Amino acid sequence: MEKIKLTIDNKQVEVAKGTTVLKAAQQLGIDIPTLCYMHLNDLNIEHKPAGCRICVVEVDGRKNLAPSCATEAAEGMVVKTHSLRVLNARKTVMELILSDHPKDCLSCAKSGKCDLQDMAVKFGIREIPNQDIAEMSTYRKDFSPSLIRDMDKCIMCRRCETMCNDFQTVGALSAINRGFYSVVAPAFEMEIEDSPCTYCGQCVAVCPTGALTEVDHTNQLISDLANPAKTVIVQTAPAVRAALGEEFGMPAGTSVTGQMVTALRELGFDYVFDTDFAADLTIMEEGTELLDRLTRHLNGDKNVKLPILTSCCPSWVNFFEQQFTDLLDVPSTARSPQQMFGAIAKTYFADKIGVKRENLVVVSIMPCLAKKYECQRDEFKVDGNPDVDYSITTREIASLIKRANLKFEQLPNSDFDAPLGESTGAGVIFGVTGGVIEAATRTAYELHTGKTLQKVDFEELRGLGGIRHATIDFDGLPIKIGIAHGLGNARKLLEDVRSGKSEFHAIEIMACPGGCIGGGGQPLHHGNSKIIQKRFEAIYKEDAGKTIRKSHENPYIIKLYEEFLGKPMSEKAHHLLHTHYVDKSKKIIYMK
Amino acid sequence: MSDFKIHLLVCGGTGCKASESARVAENLKNEIAGQGLDDFAQVITTGCFGFCEKGPIVKIIPDNTFYTQVSPADAKEIVDEHIVKGRKVERLLYLNPENNERVSDSKGMNFYKKQLRIALRNCGIIDPENIDEYIAREGYEALGKVLSTMTPEEAIAVVKASGLRGRGGAGFPTGLKWELTRQTKSDIKYVVCNADEGDPGAFMDRSILEGDPHSVIEAMAINGYCTGASEGLVYIRAEYPLAIERLKTAIRQAREYGLLGKNIFGTNFSFDITLRYGAGAFVCGEETALIHSMEGLRGEPTLKPPFPSVEGYLKKPTNVNNIETYANIPVIFNKGPEWFASIGTEKSKGTKVFALAGKVNNVGLIEVPMGITLREVIFEIGGGIKNGKKFKAVQTGGPSGGCLTEKHLDTPIDYDNLIAAGSMMGSGGMVVMDEDDCMVDVAKYFLDFTVEESCGKCNPCRIGNKRLYELLDKITKGNGVKEDVDRLINLSNVIKDTSLCMLGGSSPNPVLATIEHFRDEYEAHIIDKRCPAGVCKALMVYSIVEENCVGCTACARACPVGAITGERKQIHIIDQALCIKCGACMDRCKFNAVIVK
Amino acid sequence: MKEILRFAQNDKKADDSKNIEKKQNMSRIKVELRKDQIEKIGEICQSFNNEPGELINVLHKTQGTFGYLPAEVQEVIAKNLNVPVAKVYGVVTFYSFFTMIPKGKYPVSICTGTACYVRGAEKVLDEFKKELKIQVGETSADGKFSIACLRCVGACGLAPVVMVGEKTYGRVAPEMVKDILAEYKD
Repeated sequence: MEKIKLTIDNKQVEVAKGTTVLKAAQQLGIDIPTLCYMHLNDLNIEHKPAGCRICVVEVDGRKNLAPSCATEAAEGMVVKTHSLRVLNARKTVMELILSDHPKDCLSCAKSGKCDLQDMAVKFGIREIPNQDIAEMSTYRKDFSPSLIRDMDKCIMCRRCETMCNDFQTVGALSAINRGFYSVVAPAFEMEIEDSPCTYCGQCVAVCPTGALTEVDHTNQLISDLANPAKTVIVQTAPAVRAALGEEFGMPAGTSVTGQMVTALRELGFDYVFDTDFAADLTIMEEGTELLDRLTRHLNGDKNVKLPILTSCCPSWVNFFEQQFTDLLDVPSTARSPQQMFGAIAKTYFADKIGVKRENLVVVSIMPCLAKKYECQRDEFKVDGNPDVDYSITTREIASLIKRANLKFEQLPNSDFDAPLGESTGAGVIFGVTGGVIEAATRTAYELHTGKTLQKVDFEELRGLGGIRHATIDFDGLPIKIGIAHGLGNARKLLEDVRSGKSEFHAIEIMACPGGCIGGGGQPLHHGNSKIIQKRFEAIYKEDAGKTIRKSHENPYIIKLYEEFLGKPMSEKAHHLLHTHYVDKSKKIIYMK
Repeated sequence: MSDFKIHLLVCGGTGCKASESARVAENLKNEIAGQGLDDFAQVITTGCFGFCEKGPIVKIIPDNTFYTQVSPADAKEIVDEHIVKGRKVERLLYLNPENNERVSDSKGMNFYKKQLRIALRNCGIIDPENIDEYIAREGYEALGKVLSTMTPEEAIAVVKASGLRGRGGAGFPTGLKWELTRQTKSDIKYVVCNADEGDPGAFMDRSILEGDPHSVIEAMAINGYCTGASEGLVYIRAEYPLAIERLKTAIRQAREYGLLGKNIFGTNFSFDITLRYGAGAFVCGEETALIHSMEGLRGEPTLKPPFPSVEGYLKKPTNVNNIETYANIPVIFNKGPEWFASIGTEKSKGTKVFALAGKVNNVGLIEVPMGITLREVIFEIGGGIKNGKKFKAVQTGGPSGGCLTEKHLDTPIDYDNLIAAGSMMGSGGMVVMDEDDCMVDVAKYFLDFTVEESCGKCNPCRIGNKRLYELLDKITKGNGVKEDVDRLINLSNVIKDTSLCMLGGSSPNPVLATIEHFRDEYEAHIIDKRCPAGVCKALMVYSIVEENCVGCTACARACPVGAITGERKQIHIIDQALCIKCGACMDRCKFNAVIVK
Repeated sequence: MKEILRFAQNDKKADDSKNIEKKQNMSRIKVELRKDQIEKIGEICQSFNNEPGELINVLHKTQGTFGYLPAEVQEVIAKNLNVPVAKVYGVVTFYSFFTMIPKGKYPVSICTGTACYVRGAEKVLDEFKKELKIQVGETSADGKFSIACLRCVGACGLAPVVMVGEKTYGRVAPEMVKDILAEYKD
């Protein structure tokens, strides 16, 4: 590779041709501040619109300042990253941004985690000149079941637009208007709820300010916990334990399962359960459905739909209900683990402890924003009472733990409660791309072949590639498996299914980068995709540490079927654990 | 064209058409036919003559008689007198304001004396809807010569040797641009003509397209051959219906003649042109924004590099030039690069078309050699300032240019001198201002334009220009404080220094230039709370002159806010605290008793 | 507890504002497209091979046919060209030539180019606004007139210039506004 030499702040550096000034400076340990720039390395997303102009630097021989994020380093270039001209420019631009930004930091959901706030601190902004005559661009606040858009706080970095369009291909958001009033919004500035948004929350995950935030349920949780009439139980998704520690300053990839359980108990939950249990249950149902479809297919049944698509991810479900309405009969009918848990909790478990459905509050802790929407779906309510009352994110639970003065990092470990707290390694890996299908493979293989797996680790299904595929030998029967994370990647696989070109028997899809570990409700990675890699490793480590690693071997699952459900895909199971999909494509055309 | 003895050229430019030139042409035709002069005289509707101030224009050749402000009713007299009897219609001839004499030959008009028409060579001379007339004036000869006798490299060398620089604004050397596009390897390349003229007060490109569309087509084909492109696109403002129509007609005719399409002049070279429409976004004059707009996207600029010559339309190498640049190309090949390079100054060759507007007597479209002085343009070609007022400044380079003053009047106009003086060439708008114009208000006007036209992509331009506007507005309302001027200067410099594209990179120019040359006016607004030109409404003070007031109460009754008090036959008084400066009292007073300061 | 209350209040505020927004949304004029209109848009898109890159040309042609670009029309275009409707809206709102409000029967366009501005276009504009009681970009209640500002129509010799429909008026003074409008009384 061709190399070039340049000088940054009087230091020489040699970089590969094509490297930006920003990256070259990073090689020297020089930290140039950025605001709109975002590089999710492992996901191949580099967003550099060069719009914020915070990262400008002085280049000898150039008339104006250059945005370092998008300017290629050139041979012999002499760059100054912190000259007075640069500092004055950055400060003035920062003042401009703040002059069009609300100053309600005290009650802003993003306060303390806001890139813009950090930058204001860094630049020593103490006043905003001429604020008295400065018009602000204002927009109406937009509330949805999962996320809140407060575009007064938008700084037009347009990361959300990139995530929504380029990575997710959802197309709910676009830059609209021109000049001072330009902003990112759905078509016709309609509410996000009426747009094709899937609530994946990736826009929220990358928003540098408080313009996009999740709906906050922590205060409702406090009042429910404080209500003696209610029995409040909680389930925690697998990806939460791999990331929660980050909110308390622990290094990425620290698995905090035991401390999390203690903290939840300290907060006052009556029972602390695990979504992983429901994940094992999902494998029983979904795995059985896969084998059923497969067997019928092998027997020559022409009506059977293959590939089977996983259905654990609520954002993904929203996506195909919006954009692939002709394929509604292709995905598995199995509910997501969150909803299976809720259904079992409010029937089987409520009976067991003798609590009435309406007095049982089921809370889920999820890495996800779409889960907030999912638990509000009518399909998952009985007489208006939801199976899962509400879902709160990893970030929200962290803030609640801090609010309750718990010294998280000093908490002892403890175990989940029985019976809905026991899980296998297969349940754990639901939190990562490829994990659901690996868990299903472990069970389906044994059920189909009647043999015991020598090795449960299917390395060929793991990784962070956007679209992956593998063929697993089911004792002479080659099963072709496709995996996609990110809805843009999912779209590619889905278009093949639509056109009949797909060769897969089963496809796993997760909407977020890396799967749930990169979910919209996780601690903000601020564009550092190494963090996702660490969480990925933590999940597989947790799996490897489990004594039982196959869902069908979970004793409580076996007991649940014996005592309550009968067998997978039984009528009762069908009623409680499966769902149906509806055409939700948004139409605003009224035809006469 | 030569079969007729007399030609009556009727201007069909937008300005003249707006004052019924089409009916003038119609009536002339009918008169000629009615009198059986069909074989003798012919009426031709041409492109713009440039002298829009006195439109509609009818010019009669061979004697160059230049009739101004012709109405449809004048047609009969022109035919009866001029065509039949050979007597000029005195009352329609141009009246030289200097000596009050009628000028019969357009060559004798000051407006035309100092002009040199290269890009506009055919405007007002040929029928733009007739390809034969273009061909009769060496049209498509350059294309033929290039295709049959030159390699692309040789042709590029000619353009380079001519010293032609881009006429769209920045003045990048055209030959070099072509060479860069040529050097990029790619299976597909494009040439794009930027006809999205957006400067308020500029209509050069429109006039060329309306008056001589074939020159642009020919030049684009040459450009295609030189760069290796077989597809040309014209990005044209949708607000220019006449130009679009004429361009479409011209393209159709060129295809019929085999001058566009496959194997032009029997060579291997194929080239065709399609149109893309701009939709009203000034920023699309920036080439990367223009390219995104052609791709069906929001017209937001992107960082250069990559330059369009490397990665442009549909990610393919693309050469973008503007209309006027193209209009120069065929002549350079016909007359030779040395001839072209002999005109103009050391670094700015050839001529420049300006849309001369504002407070000059002769508003219109002019083409002058580079190096001419502002004084010659304004006081000779432009005929001086309207109503004998005093010259104050001239804005060049459109909203992103700067203003030049008295002290620049003798500076030769070229790219580098204008930049050195704090302005720029831009696409050629030239707006003259007199003593009645407030420079703070002028700067505010241009900022209002920039705020409206900023694409919104980068912060300095999106927010910064808005803040500049607000500061200027504050000053014109009399609320300015001393520090505001420094704040304006710092903000302007940072916006220029940090904006993504040249829109923000130049939008503060009017502010910086007016502060530099007219700081006293800013201070008058800020310190004395006074607008010296009497433009800023909020700073006006209406008062009643005691000697003149007869106490008729008319003013008091006219005042919408009851700010005027006074008994009948007594002197009236205006309460300044209540006055909203609407001027109703002044309009009503018959005794000149209300004055404004 | 205080905190909970405060948040509860916030939630309420949020709910209120949501209701207001809902109302605003409802007030957006719904346009019912007839089948033949939807087909016509389809034809226009087809004439550009349903190519997403032709979006702006499609919008021009559609606006030429319908007079304006209501949300429903944009939705149909988005479907045909297979681009997100948000992107179509993003383009429509970027370019000043495109409009989502039907223009008046007699659209009044005032040139506010530099030449017209220095010759008093602003006063003329004010007069039109006063006479018609509408702002720039609006259409009068009876649907007869709308006001728009143009940037230079290229008739600077006639500054200030006003266009009503296709007809151009040159050297317009504020006093002339009433008479100009009177021509369109019918």
